[in-house]
Amino acid sequence: MGTLTPQDISFVQTFENPVMSEFIDGAAGSVLVLGIIIVTVLLTYYRGWKTLWFDWLTSVDHKKVGIMYIVVSFVMLARAIIEGVLMRYQQSIAVNDPGVLTPDHFGQLFSTHGSIMIFFMAMPFITGMINYVMPQQLGARDVSFPLLNAISLWLTAAGAALVMISLVVGKFSTGGWTAYPPYTGIEFSPGEGVDYWIWSISLTSIGSTLTGVNFATTIYKNRAPGMTLFRMPLFCWTSLCTSVLMIFAMAPLTIATLMLALDRYAGFHFFTNDLGGNMMNYANLFWLFGHPEVYILILPAFGVFSEVISTFSGKTIYGYKSLVVATMSIAVLSFTVWLHHFFTMGQGANVNAIFGIATMLIGVPTGVKVYDWLLTMVRGRIRLTTAMLFSIMFLITFVIGGLTGVILANPPVDFAVHNSLFLVAHFHNMVIPGVLFGMIAGYQFWFPKAFGFRLSERWGKASFWCWSIGFYLTFMPLYALGLMGAMRRTVEWFRPEYLGWLQVAFIGALLLFSGFIFLCVQLVSSVRHRDQRRVPAGDPWDGRSLEWSNSAPPPEYNFAVIPKVSGQDAFTRLKEQGQAYVSPATYEDIVVPKNSMVAPVIGVGAIGLGFALVWHIWWLVAVSFVIIWSAVIARSFVTETERVIPASTVRADHEAWLAQVRECATTPREQEDTSTNVGRAEVLA
Amino acid sequence: MKRQPVLHPGLNLGSADEYSHAQSEPVIFGFWVFLMADLVLFAILFATYASMSVQGQAGGPSPTDVFDLPSAFIETMLLLSSSITFGMASLALKYKADRLHLVFWLVLTFCLGAGFIAMEVRDFWIMTQQGAVPQRSGFLSAFYMLVATHGIHVTAGLCWMIVMLVQLWLLGRTTEVKLRLMRLALFWHMLDIVWVCIFTFVYLFGVAL
Ligand code: HEM
Ligand SMILES: [Cu+2]
Repeated sequence: MGTLTPQDISFVQTFENPVMSEFIDGAAGSVLVLGIIIVTVLLTYYRGWKTLWFDWLTSVDHKKVGIMYIVVSFVMLARAIIEGVLMRYQQSIAVNDPGVLTPDHFGQLFSTHGSIMIFFMAMPFITGMINYVMPQQLGARDVSFPLLNAISLWLTAAGAALVMISLVVGKFSTGGWTAYPPYTGIEFSPGEGVDYWIWSISLTSIGSTLTGVNFATTIYKNRAPGMTLFRMPLFCWTSLCTSVLMIFAMAPLTIATLMLALDRYAGFHFFTNDLGGNMMNYANLFWLFGHPEVYILILPAFGVFSEVISTFSGKTIYGYKSLVVATMSIAVLSFTVWLHHFFTMGQGANVNAIFGIATMLIGVPTGVKVYDWLLTMVRGRIRLTTAMLFSIMFLITFVIGGLTGVILANPPVDFAVHNSLFLVAHFHNMVIPGVLFGMIAGYQFWFPKAFGFRLSERWGKASFWCWSIGFYLTFMPLYALGLMGAMRRTVEWFRPEYLGWLQVAFIGALLLFSGFIFLCVQLVSSVRHRDQRRVPAGDPWDGRSLEWSNSAPPPEYNFAVIPKVSGQDAFTRLKEQGQAYVSPATYEDIVVPKNSMVAPVIGVGAIGLGFALVWHIWWLVAVSFVIIWSAVIARSFVTETERVIPASTVRADHEAWLAQVRECATTPREQEDTSTNVGRAEVLA
Repeated sequence: MKRQPVLHPGLNLGSADEYSHAQSEPVIFGFWVFLMADLVLFAILFATYASMSVQGQAGGPSPTDVFDLPSAFIETMLLLSSSITFGMASLALKYKADRLHLVFWLVLTFCLGAGFIAMEVRDFWIMTQQGAVPQRSGFLSAFYMLVATHGIHVTAGLCWMIVMLVQLWLLGRTTEVKLRLMRLALFWHMLDIVWVCIFTFVYLFGVAL
């Protein structure tokens, strides 16, 4: 089929060429295949297929879509962490020694690790988190375009699936997560690897653009009465800025990948060395996306920290307006600094100076935020829950990363440490505390809302310590190594003095991996002991915004009656005024969207399309294309897309829940982590 | 409940059709946002073209050698008039209760749009006969990418129009159908604006400089 041959299957390669590197590749493929088989068997054994299809895959409920995003992200996180540890292992033994990985395999590893972490771990995680939380915080019943939301999910999942398929069928790119031409052009990378990168990234970038449109519309048009923009919780503000960034920043990426594809497939000359091509255009386009991208990832995490810190300090967030303005400034400034990613690539000194200064400017609003968070904690009644610990560790670690960022923003310094492990240390110092800790904190914080029971704090804290200590052990040595001249993406070293540092970094990576394992253990243990951890009343942390005012897990329509908002911290107000858990005077019918199989069909079509393009199977390209668009057009002929939940049902369910809440004892904050916490907070005031 | 008079820029259904009017707010707003994302895409393509049109010629044909200005002008006229006819369709959607006017203007728009595409394909064909293929130089790669992306958008608009004609016939003037027609109108007018930019910056500047 196309250019696909049996030799492209990774097991066949391992069999024909049984060296360590191939063996690792074959093992990774086997784990994937085995995982799929186990899931299939389990689903069949527990008769889960129907539930999976009707309750999840075809659902357009923003809460379920959000959870599915986070599941995708978790699976991809597992793979990418293992790859990171493997690379650390290779580097720690490869001093004057080839180590266990071939250069080509190592190249695939940093390319998949980077691409997965950014596009298939961080992006789905923030998108899932926003999906789950933002509509509830706004007092809305769903996002503005629920089906579009599901389609975005499936496009992202299709991209992730392609990266996973590349583990078994063929090879992935060795061009890094940035895939700079001309190296990734057809001349220097003739195989299927770069094509895997191109099509998986194109699919998610389209998905993310649509997500941005959807979220922005939701925030502008779907707020509860009284929820003015300046009464929105900060998480909604950061979601808004992220969505705006997605709307503007994804297009350059989509275009860059498509141009690269045209160069490779059709002999165009956008980025080639000859006939008028110019790879600097690629660098500009990629980073015109790439820099805003880091803020797309980090702003929602900032939102999570704002919510977590304010909730676990028992105080309104300090400097709300300044935080909003800072978020907005960061969003705008993020479009003015992309050039700092290639200071060394031939601009004049003045251009570099301007972009260097613009880069440093971003430190100002970020600093404002850090002070606001610190001042929120001052005189608060701080509870050191897992989510709060991650947030505090974020504050400390992120400031260090920010400082090294300001150092790198000096063009002369950048010339010296560009592309070294100093840079690798810097950006991990931003994304791990910034994005990953933020998302883990958010996961700990909102998990009880989503599933109705609290996660184990003990395992959470174990995980926290592993992540924190592991982070410092892994990445601080890289700063030193970078200053000693160690370059990134290096498979083998020839300087013995690197050895000690690299070994420490490897131990750190093992700790990071244990942090991830503890998160999994925490999940399993909490599920098993869920009966002692239930929080049916829905407010386990004395929450401040509207998502805590409904049951845990919430009904599919979120709010039996759309709440009326009279100020910031809407739910705290209701509680203090004794207006929480009051029976509404009347109920109305609620219209919710029906499930639809359009999104999964498009997702499967997209996987087929990407796979066929990678392997030049043209008939399958045509078939997949037709499937995708037929699904869209056919859907537009469906007139019954909504379902009505009668007022009587809503009343019965809601009144039953209210009765249950009134029975619940209130929990003082000191007993938050005991089984007395059933989700009804004690109200002081 | 009294409604706000104007909910979104563009032609509103207004008091003529209260229910659809109320439904339209998030849908049309969302579509404007989507168009913005689409415009960013075109902006990037224009920027690419600007950076490659002169520097990327690589000794191959230059704009003066290959552009057929009269043909591009006729295409411009076709697309501009199709915007007017779509405007008439929108008015028919708002003020006329029957389907006939609407269908008439839509079909006319479709023919003008199809004429545009036909002429564009003919231009491309002639260019390739002269050896001005995208594989020849960076300039031509950027040119084909920009103009063809617009062309593909127009083609998508034509397909959408066919779907809408079928829906008008099968489903009638339901709220859904109306809202889709309003979005198609926005899409169509945006493509018109993009074309005006292409005609100005690519064709006129290309031949003049
Ligand atoms: C959790 C533990 C992690 C470990 C052990 C780890 C380890 C590594 C290693 C060893 C490299 C290659 C460095 C080199 O080029 O020499 C790397 C690159 C990279 N990592 Fe991580 N990483 C981790 C987490 C993350 C996270 C959370 C993200 C992003 C959200 C991330 C994004 C990247 C990117 C973008 C690259 C660059 C890939 C390239 O060179 O194209 N990593 N990481
Ligand atoms: Cu940057």
